Amino acid sequence: MHKAAIQIKGLSKKYNISHQRNYLALRDSLEGLLKNPFAFLKRKNKGLLEKEVFWALKDICLEIKKGEVVGIIGRNGAGKTTFLKIISRITCPTQGEVILRGRVGSLLEVGTGFHPELTGRENIYFNGSILGMRKKEIDKKFDQIVEFSGVEKFLDTPVKRFSSGMQVRLAFSVAAHLDPEILLVDEVLAVGDAQFQKKCLGKMKDVSQGGRTVLFVSHNMTAVRNLCKRTVLLESGRVAMDGPTELVTAAYLDQNLSLKGFVDEKEISGKLEGVVRRRNPTILLKKVTLLNSQGALCNAFRSDEPVVVSVLYECLEDIADLRVVVQVVDEDNNPVIISQNSDREEESELYLRKRGLYESFCLIPANLFGQRRFYISVHLLNLKIEHLILNKILSFDVNFQGYNLQHGEWAESILRPMLDWKTMLREARG
Amino acid sequence: MSENNLVISPRRGWVNIGIKELWRYREVIYFFVWRDIKVRYKQTLIGVLWALFQPLVAMLIFTVFFGRFARIPSADMPYPVFVYTGLVLWNYFSFVLTHASESMVSNSGIIQKIYFPRLAIPLSSCFIGMVDFAISFILLFGMMIYYRFLPSIEIIIYLPLLIGITMLASAGLGCFFAALNVKYRDVRYAVPFLIQMSLFLTPVIYPLSMLSEKYRWVLLLNPMSGVIETSRVLISGKGPIDWPALSISILVSILLFAWGVAYFRKTEDYFADII
Repeated sequence: MHKAAIQIKGLSKKYNISHQRNYLALRDSLEGLLKNPFAFLKRKNKGLLEKEVFWALKDICLEIKKGEVVGIIGRNGAGKTTFLKIISRITCPTQGEVILRGRVGSLLEVGTGFHPELTGRENIYFNGSILGMRKKEIDKKFDQIVEFSGVEKFLDTPVKRFSSGMQVRLAFSVAAHLDPEILLVDEVLAVGDAQFQKKCLGKMKDVSQGGRTVLFVSHNMTAVRNLCKRTVLLESGRVAMDGPTELVTAAYLDQNLSLKGFVDEKEISGKLEGVVRRRNPTILLKKVTLLNSQGALCNAFRSDEPVVVSVLYECLEDIADLRVVVQVVDEDNNPVIISQNSDREEESELYLRKRGLYESFCLIPANLFGQRRFYISVHLLNLKIEHLILNKILSFDVNFQGYNLQHGEWAESILRPMLDWKTMLREARG
Repeated sequence: MSENNLVISPRRGWVNIGIKELWRYREVIYFFVWRDIKVRYKQTLIGVLWALFQPLVAMLIFTVFFGRFARIPSADMPYPVFVYTGLVLWNYFSFVLTHASESMVSNSGIIQKIYFPRLAIPLSSCFIGMVDFAISFILLFGMMIYYRFLPSIEIIIYLPLLIGITMLASAGLGCFFAALNVKYRDVRYAVPFLIQMSLFLTPVIYPLSMLSEKYRWVLLLNPMSGVIETSRVLISGKGPIDWPALSISILVSILLFAWGVAYFRKTEDYFADII
């Protein structure tokens, strides 16, 4: 009896994009009407059915055996989440079918269904129940859940008074004590502090070694490498690769290498935030680029090479005090590095900029980052006049290149600088 | 553990309610009810007294304006008892309808991330409404003692029936509006308005007998008409139950329920995508 635990045949999911656009506020449609009053006439000529169809998943075929732990990786928008949503029955496929053999538990987001007014104790019950646990089961595991979360003291406090970290811990604990035969997990490890993340990963490892079938979606290659033997790479809704984790993750990182490591003006204008403008714009952000030491576009770096951030901008008039700030932040937007062009004296002479196009480079030295994904935010300031902010505009992955990493740890620190070590023998024995 | 296979595929053809699955997930309904009851009066000053306060004040106002000034007949009962009986049932109906219509949207986070039979959410509204209903019903007993009324003993048999009809009708309509609300948020504005208006199309502040025979049947299509009329017969202990009227109520409420639930099931597949 070696039937697959999950059998997926020709699974496809279609979204109508225009359909969702209709849901925008009335204001938007009015605006559109004013800007282009005859647009609808044109559309009518072309025929009314100009729907944009988007296949989030296309013809996925997979078989996952009982007890297999499979990683699902891919870029944002590759269809990973849609895939899990269909398997966990949250949304319905357009074509194809999935056969599941065994009780399914899914963990697509930690803490959904927590009610702020309920106490910790009450939320454990409510959340456990909607995740698929019976009340008896929750009764039985209650103490374990509380102990794992480490919030015993606040059990009878409304969750709204919890810190966000405490909420996440409690939520993960509830979910981690689900006991399904097939477990679907989506990027839950991206939350909480490093220590708790490590604890979660440990728990995940226990679960996956307990003979359960696990589908694990993550951006964290190290976590995938540690948990899964087999990995599936999704690319624009299709299975691009399916095989041993080492091979697939390596191919994925390589593929990312060739990806664009820049944003241009058009994209920037859509993502610009917090713009303070006193009068007509004085500066224009043209392009932000990530480069490696050879000056080539890059967004996956080895930890032993420097990362160069280039910011291209135009001063539309003479500017007395212009500052460029580059931030490296982590997934939760915590700053890891902040650097300003005025930090060094040499650059300060250049505060005064004549009209013209400028490119500023910020070189982040090698041997600094740990293995994970980082994001770049850029601020461009015409001091006291204009402030352009681009939050998390680019991302890059760092692959740690330490010596002798066979038994590499999976819980990496944010920074992993090469520090000086020296060991000497103080006294020989025997 | 048992070998239970589950096939996920696009749904075609006629819909079934999924009673079996709903029964397996009955604890989820229970926990939704439990959560909403717990949360309902949190951080309020007078808490559950709101359940008494609202119908009480409505009763006083209606008694002054419709009972005293307009002298609306009240079928051999003191007008306060007459109108309060109607209000208790009507309030339950409108609570369930409003709560269910909003329920899918207010739980959208859960719907996008966790699977369980979606019907559990709007259906739980019927039970959440029972708390307020029970509390305001206690006051009704108080009023009967005050006015020295002896209700007919049959009330024990018929009250569950009346509540059942109200549940079916409100839950059916509630499911329909809940599903519609996922797509068109207009429902949020339409439902309270609809309820406000239909208070006057239901014999709450006036007896059905006030209308001429010719038009009475129109009002009887409203399932709450038969329910409220019957409840008054039971409470006053006078007069026979109007069986034709009550039968229409039963029939209409069953139809409403079947239709609402079928519509909900038919549309629920895309809830997570567009909510």
